[in-house]
Amino acid sequence: MGSEAKFSTKHLLGIKYISTADIELIFHTADEFKEVINRPIKRVPTLRDITVANIFFENSTRTRISFELAEKRLSADVVNFSASSSSVSKGETLLDTVNNILSMKVDMVVIRHPAAGVPVYLSTRVNANIINAGDGTHEHPTQALLDAYSMIEKLGNLRGKKIVIVGDILHSRVALSNIFCLKKLGAKVRVCGPPTLIPKFIESLGVEVSFDVEASLKWCDAANVLRIQLERQEIPYLPSLREYAQYFGINAAMLERVDRPILILHPGPINRGVELSSDAADSKQSIILQQVENGVAIRMAVLYLLANRN
Amino acid sequence: MERGRIILKSPRFDLTLQRLAHQLIETYGQFENTCLIGIQPRGVELSDRIYTLITEIIPGHQAKYGKLDITFYRDDFRLRKALKANDTEMDFVVDDQRVVLIDDVLYTGRTIQAALTALNYFGRPKNVELLVLIDRRFKREIPIRADYIGTSVDAVDEAHVVVDWDLNPLKNEVRLFKKKIEG
Repeated sequence: MGSEAKFSTKHLLGIKYISTADIELIFHTADEFKEVINRPIKRVPTLRDITVANIFFENSTRTRISFELAEKRLSADVVNFSASSSSVSKGETLLDTVNNILSMKVDMVVIRHPAAGVPVYLSTRVNANIINAGDGTHEHPTQALLDAYSMIEKLGNLRGKKIVIVGDILHSRVALSNIFCLKKLGAKVRVCGPPTLIPKFIESLGVEVSFDVEASLKWCDAANVLRIQLERQEIPYLPSLREYAQYFGINAAMLERVDRPILILHPGPINRGVELSSDAADSKQSIILQQVENGVAIRMAVLYLLANRN
Repeated sequence: MERGRIILKSPRFDLTLQRLAHQLIETYGQFENTCLIGIQPRGVELSDRIYTLITEIIPGHQAKYGKLDITFYRDDFRLRKALKANDTEMDFVVDDQRVVLIDDVLYTGRTIQAALTALNYFGRPKNVELLVLIDRRFKREIPIRADYIGTSVDAVDEAHVVVDWDLNPLKNEVRLFKKKIEG
């Protein structure tokens, strides 16, 4: 019999709320699930008596499919809910919606919501394990975990490694979760983007700021390139996407000017030709598709570790 | 702290391993279509040694060797805290194979049940046998028995059997404690 897995919390609300030991335990468990999902029969019966509700108040393809696959490969029962086709449009409150789902005996809730803080709010009011699948511009913890896990797979260890996050830092929950996660794992973190998309006082999180993409690529071991989130920009922060691509877009020629191979990550969906050119996105240095594969293993690990802490 | 009563040690310990290896050879010959599978983590200590012994005796044998972690297949997931998983190394499917599961101590039979569940996810074996170093009789919760047994122990329920593996084979021993020691 193995030793007990000591996970410190009932919920995954953000990387901010979990310890470095928790992150390492998630990665260790994900290693084993990665082996499972590469078998001919990609399934274990572990969560066979657990029901998980995926509640998505915001569009998502990759994260929802990734969570759903993770749940199904753990043999959990899955219910999917998306706001557009629900009673939310009839004026039901968030808490009523969730409590109605929970009274159908649901054990775990995976939630995405456009408002920051919704998972934390729910965790104090409902009796289920809450997993944050992205809340507004706050956190997206499983994305940060799979990003760091994918980097570790290639770089060995992140202690002292230099990671740059490029793009719309202001509106990005992926950026914030990445900063927390990478810092906890001992990496040096730099953010890079147009001044209008870098939040004020971001240095207080212990990160460097740069406005020069090429210099940042030369500095780093891995670059996590983010999408420009036009849907979150209530006022124009950029003159045009074309100008952004001109000054902050990464292409293969730029990668060639860096004297050593650096990793390129992107949480998706990619706007090809804006933040990343096609030749860079499809280059050998890009580990974008490995990120997607690792996402399922990471989410299986999180579900497994949280599922029986009721 | 209680040292525990020694129930198996050198030279009998080593003889027991030799006997188990020879018993497998008697049944399986060249080990065609045969998989030896150690159960993680402690069964692997035994299976590594058995596999090495078999390889010394029949260098050209055809046995496939795997390590199976049963953490994700346990039936008590809801009843206890999550356990840390170990590596599974199974680079074969067990369809139509003769399988020997190897574990250190057989007690309630729950671990073996979980291992049989896990095996299902690697295909349909032709038949499955079980080899254990220690068979603790009289406390089975499931109708499971071992086919190859190092030694049998009859002890009260609270007692705890520990197999201590050492890099020096002369120091391997099995000890029986009056009650389970945490940690």
